[in-house]
This record gives sequence, C-alpha cells and structure tokens, in this order.
Amino acid sequence: MNDLTKNLLDEFQRDFPMTARPYAAIAERLEASEDDVIEALKGLHEQGTLSRVGAVIQTGTVGHSTLAAMSVPSDRLDEVATIVSGFDAVNHNYEREHHLNLWFVITAENADAVDGVIAEIIRLTGIKVLNLPMLDNYHLDLGFRLQWN
Amino acid sequence: MSMEDDVLSNAIIGLDETDRRIIKATQGGLGLSLRPYDAVALEVGSDTHDVIRRMKRMLHAGIIRRIGVVPNHYALGYTANGMTVWDVDDARIDELGHLIGALDFVSHCYHRPRNLPDWRYNLFCMVHGHDRAEAEAHADEIAAILGDAARNHEILFSTRILKKTGLRLVA
Repeated sequence: MNDLTKNLLDEFQRDFPMTARPYAAIAERLEASEDDVIEALKGLHEQGTLSRVGAVIQTGTVGHSTLAAMSVPSDRLDEVATIVSGFDAVNHNYEREHHLNLWFVITAENADAVDGVIAEIIRLTGIKVLNLPMLDNYHLDLGFRLQWN
Repeated sequence: MSMEDDVLSNAIIGLDETDRRIIKATQGGLGLSLRPYDAVALEVGSDTHDVIRRMKRMLHAGIIRRIGVVPNHYALGYTANGMTVWDVDDARIDELGHLIGALDFVSHCYHRPRNLPDWRYNLFCMVHGHDRAEAEAHADEIAAILGDAARNHEILFSTRILKKTGLRLVA
C-alpha cells in the first residue's frame, strides 16, 4: 500500500470535506490530483479494504435498535442464523465463541417493531432471545487508528 | 450521551422526510465521482447546497456519527474481533465507561442491561487485533483500568460474520 492510499484510509475517517468537490479538497491536502484520489479510492474499494465512503449513523438516533443474543445448539446454528439474517431489520449477525453463540443487531422504526422481530424469531426457532439494548454510549467515534504492519 | 438524550436531540432538530432520504441515500456510500453530493441531491429531490447543509446539521446533532472513509478492518488484517464484556459495579459504570470508551483501541463502548440469570455483564467494549493475542492484550489493559470495579469479564471472539450491512432505514 502506498502513502496516498494509507493517508486516505488514516486521515479521512472523519472530517470528510462537505464541499461540492470533496475529492479535490482531499487532493489538495495530500498534494495529489483529484483523479488520483478518486482512482485510489476505487482501487481500495475493489480490493475490499475500503467498505465505502459515507456517513456512519449513530445507532439509536434514527429508529430504535438493540443487541440480541441466542444460545443455539451447534447442529441448528446454520438454520437459525439463516432465519435471523433473513429479517431486513437485522443488519449485523455474528457467530461468537460462547454458549451464547449468535449475536445480532436489530434496527427498526420503534421499540414495538424491534420487540415484534424478537417475538417472531422466538416463534420461528423456539429459542430464547436475550434483548440487550444500549443504555449509554461511552465512545465518541473519531474513526479507528490503523496500525500498518 | 444516553439514549434518552439521543432521542431528545433527534426530536429537537426534527428530522424531516428529506433528511431521512439523505440518510438512506448516503449510508451505502457516497459516489466516487467528481461531485458526489450532486448525485445525492438528484436522488432525494433537492439541491447540492441543501444536501450539504442538512448533512452538516445531522453531523452536529450527533445523528450522523461521522462522514468519511470506512475501512474494512477485516480486509486490512484486523481479523481478531473481540467483544469484551465486563460485570462492573453499577455505581461506577459511567465514570469507568467514559475512561474505557476514550482508549484508542476501543471501537465501541456501551452500557447495556444485565439479563440475570443468563447474562451478568453490563459493559461492552469492542477490541480488535491482527490476532487474538493482540486483542487479548487490549482486554488486559482494560482489566488493569477497571481493577476491582470489574467482578468478572470474558472475551467473545467472532468466528463468522453471518451478515453485515450498513444501517437500513425502512422507507
């Protein structure tokens, strides 16, 4: 990875220019051309190291969300995970090493809609769902400092 | 900021339909083109100046957490993703939560309810590493800060990402 791509990933996780030609503003700061910046970002995206350039929405401010956990027998994990991921309201779903082995985030318009999704998952799987909504957020998101090996 | 405060600030700035459309249009990513906000304006039926003004306002109100490049940490080699969970004295959780949330290796830090008898932990902190040992070393640093205030803790490593999309707003 060259300096331009490292700088793009490191220094623009926040404070992305809010001007009509943001990539020109970035180019000026990195002493590159606007085309170079756009091409470098496209390359990172194709490579998979850049998820996207865009807005990260604070959970809980638009709609309602919760973290949910289930303890799924290993022989049913794929089946249950497919059911859970099938809900549009589920935007993250991870298998984790624990007896509570399925962890997912549900986001919907309001608390009732979230409760409805939980009830439906319980009905479809017959397995208890723990509902662990955020009570306080202690982290101000400034991006994540990358360490280059 | 508590969830109640978030809801309050949301109500105060009063998201309208155009704001919601902008969130929907941008959460999947801004275009890698010369004038990306023009495309957003076209999609939501507004003009570029208005889109930028509204995004700045939502950023200021904390509805948009940040705008920028979103690296794929997994593809960059951060393959160990550990959810550390802590059983912290309720009387001290706010004070300690803010300390932990400010550490530069912590990407998310939340107070969540216990759910006894199934779940005893009330502080959730995500740590990342190039391998498990690196993530575990971060957990040790957190343990050192929490000291006796944490009665117990665990790290839950992810073994599979089964679904991961940006927040999706329902129309």
